[in-house]
Amino acid sequence: MSASEDRLWDLLVRGLAGDTATYHAFLKELSAHLRAFLRGRLSRLPDEVEDLVQETLLAVHNQRHTYDAGQPLTVWIHAIARYKLVDLLRRRAGRDALNDPLDDELEVFAASDTDADDARRDLAKLLEQLPDRQRLPIIHMKLHGMSVVEAARITGMSEAAVKVGVHRGLKALAAMIRGER
Amino acid sequence: MKTDELVAMLASGAEAVEPHALQRRYALALGWGAFGTTLLMAILLGVRPDLSEAVRLPMFWVKLAFPAALLGGALLATVRLSRPGVRLGRVPAAIAAPVLAIWLFAAIVLLGAAPAERPQLVFGDTWVYCPFIIAALSVPLFGALLWAMKGLAPTRLALAGASAGLLAGAGSALIYALHCTEITAPFLGVWYVLGMSVPAAVGALIGPSVLRW
Repeated sequence: MSASEDRLWDLLVRGLAGDTATYHAFLKELSAHLRAFLRGRLSRLPDEVEDLVQETLLAVHNQRHTYDAGQPLTVWIHAIARYKLVDLLRRRAGRDALNDPLDDELEVFAASDTDADDARRDLAKLLEQLPDRQRLPIIHMKLHGMSVVEAARITGMSEAAVKVGVHRGLKALAAMIRGER
Repeated sequence: MKTDELVAMLASGAEAVEPHALQRRYALALGWGAFGTTLLMAILLGVRPDLSEAVRLPMFWVKLAFPAALLGGALLATVRLSRPGVRLGRVPAAIAAPVLAIWLFAAIVLLGAAPAERPQLVFGDTWVYCPFIIAALSVPLFGALLWAMKGLAPTRLALAGASAGLLAGAGSALIYALHCTEITAPFLGVWYVLGMSVPAAVGALIGPSVLRW
């Protein structure tokens, strides 16, 4: 296991236990690794890289309950990044040919790239299209950093509904990116 | 939205993930699905009236053990296929083993029988509707399992759908075996296998669209 994988594993496991600061650090470092990894595989579609980095981060977050701490982190991240990459290629099928994006080398953490281009797709705009019961909890909790209790009070929703709204809203965001709604 | 803003948004207020989320999800799906399938059979067909006598026949237990073994293999496959990057390893062999065993058993039975008796051993009295019923009874289980899988992260969608379908089919066959009165290995090897294959095939077809995430 490489040093960066070791470090990321530690950040993720603590993050999954509810430590938001280390989870933030995990996602931040992961985004740099994903950017380098995807830039290498989307060299003919450089404009798509940042969008795919964001889509993959959202997928990692939404599906984080499928990570088992005993599994090598590279393998899990690689499988998700690859799945999202293939999904993107299918969506674009027929429009472009790509250079061997489907290799099996698990080098997700081999390089890191913090130099982000602008994403072409604006997730903030997609967020605005969500229904209130999902949009408001996300805005109050995830963007303004309120607690569940505060978000529940300000929206007049129950605490359970606020939590469900955040969870479903982020999944709906991923579905919108896939073009399903 | 910049990527750093997205990262901050995702991390903000992220609560601890409940441990064993995957196991709980499948336990819930299997519980409700099996309840639905059992209810459906109870309403439509009922349990065979001579069940108390049938349990004394060794073949009755073979008839339960065969789908139960497939259920075990399919459950393993389904759980593994729900997690990104987890390999199937020897699970396909564990799924093939009970099928090969019942076929071997069926071949021995057929070879030992007089030619005139063989059609009855294969077709029994219910071959016309047995596979259809197994497939139909699998619907509640299948729906529940697809729900569970959809909330996880399968990356090989056709295979994952087939695996969930096989699991539902095996569960359905296990429950249907309490009604069905056929007890020959050739019958199980053909019609039970066919019935369980239907949801598996449907799963392979619909997996790529239904299970996407």
